[in-house]
Amino acid sequence: MSARVPAADAPRFSVDRIDLAGDRATLRFAGELRFRSCFDAWDEVRDLLRPPPPHLELDVSDVAGLDGGATALLLELRAEAAAAGSDATIVGAKGRVQSMLDLYGAHPRRPSIQAPPARIGILDEIGRETRALLNESNALDFVGDVALAGAQAVRAPGRMNWRDVPRLMERAGADGIPIVLMINFLVGLVTGFQAAIQLEQFGANIFIADLVGLSVTRELAPLMTAIIIAGRSGAAFSAELGTMRVSEEIDALRTLGLDPYQYLVFPRVLALTLVAPLLTVLADVIGIAGGLLVAMFSLDLTFHAYVAQSEKALDLFDVFSGLLKSAVFGLNIGLIACQRGLATRGGAEGVGRSTTSAVVTSLFAIVVLDAVFTVIFHALGH
Amino acid sequence: MPSDTDRTTPPPIIEAASLTIGYGSRVLLDRLDFAIAAGQVFAILGGSGCGKSTLLRHLIGLEVPMSGTISVAGRPPVQDAGPPAYGVLFQSGALFGSMTLAQNVALPLRTWSRLDGEAIDTIVRAKLRLVGLEGFENHMPSELSGGMKKRAGIARALALDPPLLFLDEPSAGLDPVSSVELDQLLLTLNHSLGMTTVIVTHELQSIFAVADACIMLDRDARGIIARGHPATLRDQSDDPRVRAFFNREARPA
Repeated sequence: MSARVPAADAPRFSVDRIDLAGDRATLRFAGELRFRSCFDAWDEVRDLLRPPPPHLELDVSDVAGLDGGATALLLELRAEAAAAGSDATIVGAKGRVQSMLDLYGAHPRRPSIQAPPARIGILDEIGRETRALLNESNALDFVGDVALAGAQAVRAPGRMNWRDVPRLMERAGADGIPIVLMINFLVGLVTGFQAAIQLEQFGANIFIADLVGLSVTRELAPLMTAIIIAGRSGAAFSAELGTMRVSEEIDALRTLGLDPYQYLVFPRVLALTLVAPLLTVLADVIGIAGGLLVAMFSLDLTFHAYVAQSEKALDLFDVFSGLLKSAVFGLNIGLIACQRGLATRGGAEGVGRSTTSAVVTSLFAIVVLDAVFTVIFHALGH
Repeated sequence: MPSDTDRTTPPPIIEAASLTIGYGSRVLLDRLDFAIAAGQVFAILGGSGCGKSTLLRHLIGLEVPMSGTISVAGRPPVQDAGPPAYGVLFQSGALFGSMTLAQNVALPLRTWSRLDGEAIDTIVRAKLRLVGLEGFENHMPSELSGGMKKRAGIARALALDPPLLFLDEPSAGLDPVSSVELDQLLLTLNHSLGMTTVIVTHELQSIFAVADACIMLDRDARGIIARGHPATLRDQSDDPRVRAFFNREARPA
C-alpha cells in the first residue's frame, strides 16, 4: 500500500506501508514533507494505518525536509496510532528532521482547560440573553452606586467632580447644535408637508401651525434630540469609560482614592441631564420654523398668521412637558452609557460591544419612557 | 505561618493569611501565607500566568479574595473614596488619556491637598524630574513612549509621598539603561524615605538589584514555591523550578 502526492508544483513526498512478520508494520516516509502538500494527501496516509498493526514504526530516514505543520501532523499520526492500540514510534530521524521532532515533541500534551464555546441555537441564545439580562447584577450595583453618589452630591457637594461639567456640556451640547438643528428642521418640514396635504383638502390651512407646534414641542423635538444625544454622547461616553476600564485607568483612579461614580459618572450624567432640555428648546424653535416654511411657501400663509396661530395653539405645558421629558431622557442616556462603559470587559471588542449596547438600550429606554410620559400626561388631562 | 521575612526587625506592613484568590470559581493561588516587612523592597516573582498581577490586584484592594485575609498597614485593603494609603503603578502606566502629564501627576494633589496651584506645579515638576520627565509636563500620554508612560505613572504614584508603593512589571518594555535608572530610583526611595515597595516582576536583573526578599509563585503548584532573598534562592535552592527561573533555563519537564 502507498500514498503519493501527484501535484507537480508541490514538493513531493511518498508514504509506503510495509507489513512485516510478527505483527509489525512500517510506514516509510520519503521526500519533502511540507504541510501544504501533506494536507492534500493526509487522509490517504491515515488510511494506511488501517488495520492498525500492534507494532508500528514511522520511518523518516528518507525524509529530506520537514516543516512545522508536517511535524505536527506526523506526531498526531503517531498519537492516533497509539490511541488505536499500536505501539507506535518514529525512527530514523536525523539532523534537522530530528531537531524538528524534538522541538515539537518536547512539550507534553495537555487537555484544554476550558471546553470550546458551544454552538448554540437561536432559542437557546434568546434564553441565555434573557437570563443574563435578568441576572445583570452589575446594573443593579450600578443603580445603587449612583444613588450613593447622588446622596453624596447632596451631603458633600464639594467631593463631586464639578470641574468637568462645563467641558462635557460643551461636548454633548454646543458641539451637537448643528446636527440637532438640521434634523429637527427637517422633521418640522416633513411634518408640515404631511399636514399640508391633508389640511389643504379641507381648507384648514391655518391649522398647520397647531399640528406642527404641538407635535414638535410635545413629541418630536424631545424624541429626536434624545436620539441624537444617544447616538453622539451616549456612544462617546460609553466608549470613553469602556476604554478607560480596559486600559486600567478606572483602577488607577480608585487607587488614587477617587470614586469613579463621583469623578466620572456624576459629571457625565449631570451634563446630559442639563444639556438635553437646552438642545430641545432649540429643536422646538427650528422644528416650528420648518413648519412655517411649508406654511408660507406651500399653503400661502403669512408669517404673522402662522406665529399668531402657534401662540394660540401652544400653552406653557406643551413646551415644559417636552423639556421635562428631554431632561429625563438625558438622565437615562447618561446612566445607561456610563453603566455600560464601566461594565466593559475584554479589550477592544468589549468596548465595541458596550458602546453598541449603550446606544441600543438607550433608544429602547427612550421609547418606553416616552410611552410612560404620554400615559401620565393623558391621565392628567393633557 | 512564619516566613523568612518575619525575622526582620521591622513589623510586617502587609500580611496575607490562608489567602485564596482566583476568578469566578477558578482558583489561581491557593492558601498563601506571607508577610512583608516595613521598609523592604519585596518582589513577587513567577512565570507568565502564575497569578502575580492578580495577587497584586488583591493586595491593593481591587479584587476581593475567595477566602483568607489580607492586612495592609493593619486593615483590609478596601478601595473606597479617601486619601490613598499607597501608590500604584499599573503595567501599562494607566495614565488618564484626556489629561497632560502634569495634570495626571497633579490630580491626587489637587484632590487630597489644600495646596495652591503654584505649589502643586512645583511638586509636579519635582516628581517628573525624579523620573526623568521634566520638560514633558504638557505632553499628552499618547505622545509618549511605553517606557515614558511607565515613568510618568511612577511620578503619579509618588505624588502624595505614600509610605507604600506597588509596582506591576515596572521594567517591562524599558530599555536596559532606563531599567537600571528605575531600579536606582526605587532603591533611593527605599533608602532615603524608608518606603516599602512591592514589585511584581520577572526581570532578573531588577530582582537582584533591588529586592530584599521575594516570594516565587508557580502556576502548576498554585502557590508559593520559594521565599527568601533572591541571591540565596538562586545559589542554594534545591527546587529545579526555582533554579531554572533564576538561571534563565528552560522550565524543567
